[in-house]
Amino acid sequence: MEIAGKIAEFLFGKKPGRGMMLFGLTIVLIVLIMAIFAPWIAPYDPTQSSDDVFAPPSGEHLMGTNRLGQDMFSRIVWGSRIVLYVVFIATLISMAIGIPLGLVSGYYGGKTDRALSVVMDSIYAFPALILAIVIAVVLGPSPLNTAIAISFVYVPTYFRMVRGQTLSLKGQLFVEAAHAIGAKNREIMFKYILPNLAPTILVVFTLSVADAILTEAGLSFLGLSVTPPTPDWGYDLRVGQPFLLDGYWWLVFFPGVMIMLLAMAFALIGEALNERVSLGTR
Amino acid sequence: MLLEVKNLSIYYYTLTGVVKGAEGVSFSIDRGEWVTFVGESGSGKSTVAHAIMNIVPSPGRIVSGEVVFQDRDLLKLSKEELREIRGKEISMIFQDPMTSLDPLRKVGDQVIEVMTVHGIPEEEARERAKELLEKVNLPPDRLDYYPHQLSGGQRQRISIAMAMAFNPKLLIADEPTTALDVIVQDSIMDLIEALKAEGTSIYFVTHDISLAAERSDKIAVMYAGKLVEFGTVEQILENPLHPYTKALIEAVPDLWKEGKVRAIPGYPPDLRNPPSGCRFHPRCPLAKAGLCDAEEPEFEEVEKGHYVACHFPGGWRG
Repeated sequence: MEIAGKIAEFLFGKKPGRGMMLFGLTIVLIVLIMAIFAPWIAPYDPTQSSDDVFAPPSGEHLMGTNRLGQDMFSRIVWGSRIVLYVVFIATLISMAIGIPLGLVSGYYGGKTDRALSVVMDSIYAFPALILAIVIAVVLGPSPLNTAIAISFVYVPTYFRMVRGQTLSLKGQLFVEAAHAIGAKNREIMFKYILPNLAPTILVVFTLSVADAILTEAGLSFLGLSVTPPTPDWGYDLRVGQPFLLDGYWWLVFFPGVMIMLLAMAFALIGEALNERVSLGTR
Repeated sequence: MLLEVKNLSIYYYTLTGVVKGAEGVSFSIDRGEWVTFVGESGSGKSTVAHAIMNIVPSPGRIVSGEVVFQDRDLLKLSKEELREIRGKEISMIFQDPMTSLDPLRKVGDQVIEVMTVHGIPEEEARERAKELLEKVNLPPDRLDYYPHQLSGGQRQRISIAMAMAFNPKLLIADEPTTALDVIVQDSIMDLIEALKAEGTSIYFVTHDISLAAERSDKIAVMYAGKLVEFGTVEQILENPLHPYTKALIEAVPDLWKEGKVRAIPGYPPDLRNPPSGCRFHPRCPLAKAGLCDAEEPEFEEVEKGHYVACHFPGGWRG
């Protein structure tokens, strides 16, 4: 209970960025609920075609229907599952690779560090979306493959951040003291350095999730993520786009707004966390 | 002899050149003996302390010498063997208790860790940790505190409790009192003295020669990476032979005497490019051209147990 209180205080306490935090968390929460309770929230089967095509938003179809007569609201609700799935798998993979590599690289230094840094910097220097496209094309369209493609792009982000922080932390006296009591290198890395990285990792995590949402939307817009008729925001955006000039705005508007809102929400949380974390260390 | 350091040299390979942090340092510490190392900042006293543990931080490297501890050269041991010794046979406490404890973990866990690292079961370690806290005059409930909840003195006590976990043969104290006020300083010194009473030898680093005078058995004076004088407290304080030692003693303010404190003129040399001959010669009132700036004085025993590296030991007395 005490810890829960402290977390609440950390998240919502009267500190700069409280509004950003509340707004961001609300949207993320809504999308999460949509994803978890999709079968109960969505009024129709999102893949079920009907004769009622291009119906504008109404009481019957909250966000209208598309070219195949599928209910857009149901597709948005179900689509949140794909976005969250892809983005979280992707971020987890890139963290699982980037963080340990960054730790080892920064901690041991030397040739391994040089080699890893060169590789990571070359990946980092590549335009993220183009790199993700190439990998996604090679792997073929499926949500898991999209996640892998995206994760590849974000490994260097974690690597560079963790490596840099490790470099500065390993010079700290408490790390030296750990050596002096005979702690093993592995223990020092994972028990002393890694926990001290947690606040920074948290910030980078939320910011890279925001970025990954846009990359995921970009990939599925290009048809590299899901196969039809799976509901997905980026994919729906593309399918609706040719009809924009015909006045069927709802085909593009709702998926687009959802992508934007979710990405913004994570970015705001990241910003708010950043302020809190750096306030805490000052 | 518990510890014998022979001809130890440590260089720091920095981007702007090789800094000769310590060069040709030799001395020994007996069982239960308290040896204090004094000298200006950058004179190499901490560097040597780190080298004994073989934890010289990068880019420093031990380039030559031996550190014989209980008949074993620590510099030749495997990583495993060294880890066995660190924290168990040789413990270390650091200058700044603010940063020598991990800010994210309870101090108790850190005290316990010293023991679990060396294979003591957690339960037993916790019991022992409570006793250790009592020994350093802290209530056992402090185990559940985080470092930021403790004062500097309390934190240094925690460090000492950690160092005491195994009754080490040697305690290396790297300016443990520098960050503390005088009253707290005194109680920390008492704790170290109590440890010594149990048979632990002390390698104590300070730049405060009066602090050294009070409790130690021997004093080692370092200048610019060199050991310049070594002897018992009486020998060093009453019969200093090196002009630098004399200057250090005179730089201590005296409450009962009028007049200014005498500073040592000049600056410590750049150790990337130390002065030729005797490293103290540019600041030395006795320096003789052609000798002191050309020939490095030997570190020699001039009376029993009193070593000095000077061409004119005690030369100011005429």
